[in-house]
Amino acid sequence: MEPLEGVANEQDQSQLAALNFKAFLLKRSTKTNLSLYDHLTRVLIKVMDERPDNAADVFEDLSLEVKRSQLQDRQSTLRPSPEPTAALTLAQQQKGLFSQGAGDEQEEGLVETPLPNLAEQSFFFEQVGVGLGREETQRIFLALKQLVDTHLLQRCRFWGKILGTEANYTVAEVEYRDGAEEEEGEAEETHEDEEKEGEAREKDEEEVVEEVDPLPKSTYKPPPTVPKEPRGSGTNKFTYFACREPGLPWVRLPDVTPAQITVARQIRKLFTGQLDAPVVSYPPFPGNEANYLRAQIARISASTQVSPLGFYHFDEEEGEEEEGGRDNFVENLNFEGISVQEMAESLSAWVHHVQHINKQGRCVWVNLAEKTEEDFEEEAEEEEKEEQPDEPEPEVGPPLLTPLSEDAEINNTPPWSIRLSSHLIPQYAVAYVRSNLWPGAHAYACGRKFENIYIGWGLKFLGEPYTPPVLPQPQQAYPSGPEITEALDPSLEEEQALKAALEEQQAAQEENEGLEAEEEEEEEEDD
Amino acid sequence: MDSDTLHYSLDLVSGNGLTLTTEQRAALQTSLVILKRNYKFNRVLFWGRILGMKSDYYIAQGIGEDEMSDRKCLYSFNCIDWHLLPPATDALIEEVAVATKGCFTGDPSHEYEQTETRRLGEGDEPVEEEVMVKVNEEKRLAVTVFIIDKEVAVVPRGAYMKNPNGTVQTNRSFEGLNPYEAGKLRNYLHFSEPKNLKKKSILEMADLNPSIDFLDPLSEDIPKGSWSLQFEQGSRVCMIRSLLWQGLTFFHMPMTPQHGYIYTGQGLKSLDLPFML
Repeated sequence: MEPLEGVANEQDQSQLAALNFKAFLLKRSTKTNLSLYDHLTRVLIKVMDERPDNAADVFEDLSLEVKRSQLQDRQSTLRPSPEPTAALTLAQQQKGLFSQGAGDEQEEGLVETPLPNLAEQSFFFEQVGVGLGREETQRIFLALKQLVDTHLLQRCRFWGKILGTEANYTVAEVEYRDGAEEEEGEAEETHEDEEKEGEAREKDEEEVVEEVDPLPKSTYKPPPTVPKEPRGSGTNKFTYFACREPGLPWVRLPDVTPAQITVARQIRKLFTGQLDAPVVSYPPFPGNEANYLRAQIARISASTQVSPLGFYHFDEEEGEEEEGGRDNFVENLNFEGISVQEMAESLSAWVHHVQHINKQGRCVWVNLAEKTEEDFEEEAEEEEKEEQPDEPEPEVGPPLLTPLSEDAEINNTPPWSIRLSSHLIPQYAVAYVRSNLWPGAHAYACGRKFENIYIGWGLKFLGEPYTPPVLPQPQQAYPSGPEITEALDPSLEEEQALKAALEEQQAAQEENEGLEAEEEEEEEEDD
Repeated sequence: MDSDTLHYSLDLVSGNGLTLTTEQRAALQTSLVILKRNYKFNRVLFWGRILGMKSDYYIAQGIGEDEMSDRKCLYSFNCIDWHLLPPATDALIEEVAVATKGCFTGDPSHEYEQTETRRLGEGDEPVEEEVMVKVNEEKRLAVTVFIIDKEVAVVPRGAYMKNPNGTVQTNRSFEGLNPYEAGKLRNYLHFSEPKNLKKKSILEMADLNPSIDFLDPLSEDIPKGSWSLQFEQGSRVCMIRSLLWQGLTFFHMPMTPQHGYIYTGQGLKSLDLPFML
């Protein structure tokens, strides 16, 4: 009987153990009120339902998923409504782009509009591997439409996009209709004048205080400032608008000054994405980021805006060469288009259609040595005596519509790469050029159609590490002269030589005196 | 970025300006499938494109068992015929650093030459010797791809995990960062051997999860600000751009496991970065 009892006992014990273990499994967690038994049941039900591959490998994930699905139910009632995210705010702002304006009726739609066909352009750019994505392009298209609707424009073009560290700029290039610009421009200029007056007043006040104990005046004379080019010519031929995201308001960029361009050439700085951010650099940049952006746009346009040879030509009616080269060209209506194969083979089939910016930071050279009339009268007499010997030679850049094959290399890097978009179907391919000096600048041409775009960081390729310009020598506090220069101590030999010389002199003097005395004595004797 | 999701990932990173043409996309979809089978890769990534003067290099990467160390690089000109790149050894990296300069030409057999003066022997009379270093462009390409991966390859935190065997694998249960966390640079990691992790104190290590925090976060990079983090495409996509290697763009869609990076650029490191910030 004993062995049987033993078996019964063992059975009892194992049952008891099983019961105990089940009780343990059913024990609910104090935190989540969940028992392992229920959880395993649910997981197994899930496995039965879904029958995933390699269930043993992904068991942890399954278990986690089951747990998460339960917790979410419980928390949903307690969670506060989420705060509006950045995406929501932007979406609300961009919604305006998609609403049909009041003036968008069909009759007006037929009127000629300066709005470019961005959809077509982006199609061609996609062929050459450049683009911002279709949705983004569509948003930019709508934003350009908004710009055209709100301003009186004659011409409008999507210039490109400049990447920044915090945000990016979408840039549009526009030309105002005649007269429309002044109305908008005036408001800004008066504002600038007020600022200048304010500054002047401040200076006056400072001077009054300083008169008591005047500080030494600096003798430094700044080099004469190069005058700004007027709107509608040279570097300021077009007006530029920038916005951070399509849908946000367009901001008009200020006109560029030659000083800004010359400094922009010497510095290397990334854009932050805020137009009012200061540009901290050496040499100091005159203006904030909006000015810097405008200067870089001018530089990029000048070196990378290209068109097929013959698309533009100089106006025949206009007289022969004016001073500084011709700066006007018109569209050649008879232009047939150059074959794509030809455009993809030779750089001479492409020409620049934006003027070169010279070292002064202007498209048209200006003689700084020429005096204004007032100065002239004052200095007339002096001028007559010495004819200015160093009349600066006018700097003439390459004329407009110069072929790209004339462009200079930088550090053995050819400035342009020229390609065909497809080698598999060359019949319908488009030709394109890519600038190596301004990485991100592209242009395509196909028949009569061509377009330029720049998408990049707004920095030029240097081909070598950047070296900032050296600081100028500090100005001298006093003019150097013998009274403030330290003399060298004489050496022993020099000292002895000097001593010997002095002694000789003395001896000679004494002799002389002796002779004179004798003579005097003689004279006395004669008396 | 993964070749399987290439068709929509490319649209997301196109904010950079350079994309692929429709022809190239179609070609990639075809050739990468074949590539995956021929080389017995687990996964194939389209790595990016290095612009040359005459032609561009398209780079793909094949991944074996280990996501991080078991990678092979291939290049192509037409996105169809792929050629294996040599592995980047330390000696090769040094040679390339000495010899190469300027842009890529687009010809893999182009030879870069540079004479270097090396000092042999130590003490009072070092012997100067001129050594001619020759490197062809294919090797340079291999080294450039390797260095870009080493310095600026990015993954979101949690997308990869180290399993107990020490191999790095994709984390199946990664569901993406939430939009708030996605705006922080510390939630993105360098996808290369960690350099600073071992130097950290126990206190700093306390919050780290050893299975997913086995990499260095981007936020510790020097100089500060060498990354640009933005939300684009209507604030839906988190874009990270490297300013050190201009052209490297990483994207991650918050709350989805989608992420990837692509390099499209000249293959030149921006050494002027300290001046540009």
